[in-house]
Amino acid sequence: MGRDLFILREREYEAFLSVLRKLLSDACAKIVFLVDKNGTLLASAGDTAEFDTTSLASLAAGNIAATGGLANLIGEKEFSILFHEGERDHMHISVLADRLILVVIFDRRSSVGLVRLRVRRASEDLARILFSAEEEPEGGGVIEELTDADIESLFK
Amino acid sequence: MSFINYSSREINCKIVYYGPGLCGKTTNLQFIYKRMNPEARGKMISLATETERTLFFDFLPLSLGEVRGFKTRFHLYTVPGQVFYDASRRLILRGVDGVVFCADSQLTRVDANVESMENLRVNLREQGYSPEKVPLVIQYNKRDLTGTASVAELHALLNTRNVPEFEASATTGIGVFETLKAVIKMVLIEMKKGDR
Ligand SMILES: Nc1nc2c(ncn2[C@@H]2O[C@H](COP(=O)(O)OP(=O)(O)OP(=O)(O)O)[C@@H](O)[C@H]2O)c(=O)[nH]1
Ligand SMILES: [Mg+2]
Repeated sequence: MGRDLFILREREYEAFLSVLRKLLSDACAKIVFLVDKNGTLLASAGDTAEFDTTSLASLAAGNIAATGGLANLIGEKEFSILFHEGERDHMHISVLADRLILVVIFDRRSSVGLVRLRVRRASEDLARILFSAEEEPEGGGVIEELTDADIESLFK
Repeated sequence: MSFINYSSREINCKIVYYGPGLCGKTTNLQFIYKRMNPEARGKMISLATETERTLFFDFLPLSLGEVRGFKTRFHLYTVPGQVFYDASRRLILRGVDGVVFCADSQLTRVDANVESMENLRVNLREQGYSPEKVPLVIQYNKRDLTGTASVAELHALLNTRNVPEFEASATTGIGVFETLKAVIKMVLIEMKKGDR
């Protein structure tokens, strides 16, 4: 852990997106999104306009972090699946590959069982994409060219 | 951990406001929220007790415009300052890119500041960071009150790394944006070093 840089490129992003879209329809969900453990939204599919996805991402990560803290206290590594049941909408949150959080919001057109089943499959696909992305040699470079003037311009 | 999305052309960074209970971390974020252009900020989320003490964190997302064709997004968090919330503080520090240490200038809070700074070092180390290297800015808050320690005294106690420091009065906003600007600069410069 510690400081490092996570770079998401076009190709992985598109690959994530297509898995999320498939999950959305296979699980009959309203919205699905993928977040890193620090709460940054990576990709989403579904009716995102209806929700504040930035806040959702940050709170989902906080939720996983808090229950992870609880898990450690009782000698568990992590609670890798959380399910929150609402009156109308429900939320299924799961950790994959130790680094990413997959959130599915659904209503009574779907069911926990179905969501859980489809999430398992999608998680494998997402993890595979993540690992293949990590195998690639680093090659960002854009930020390297950042000048003091660029940084200064943000505060105009 | 900074996060660069080449697809949506976004840079995301996480900044954490740290410091003893009641030093004014939440007040900093509230002021930023109030003064930022609504297009440049998202909703502020506060997970707080009924007496408005931070229970888990405050969260405020900002988008500050573009550099080199990349949108810059900064996620500001505060930790709960009360000593017994240490487990939560550790969680919030995960993946941090830059820290604002908010000190309470009141003489009665001198020890609390020192203790909190030490706690920050311990928790950073626990998350795998080297505490001497993490981008850090120090804010001496509540300068408007009487019965405050001098900046020189606070500097000697807290600013051993000699990082940028600012006097502030977060309730009226003095020093709030100067502090934010300084930490953002440090984070971007650090990220520049990391991106090779
Ligand atoms: N006079 C004065 N009061 C301040 C200043 N900044 C904050 N306060 C007050 O101090 C109190 C605590 O401020 P918060 O921002 O809630 O403190 P905090 O650091 O978030 O506290 P925790 O959430 O418990 O860690 C509030 O009543 C603020 O109005 C300041 O610059 N001057
Ligand atoms: Mg607070």
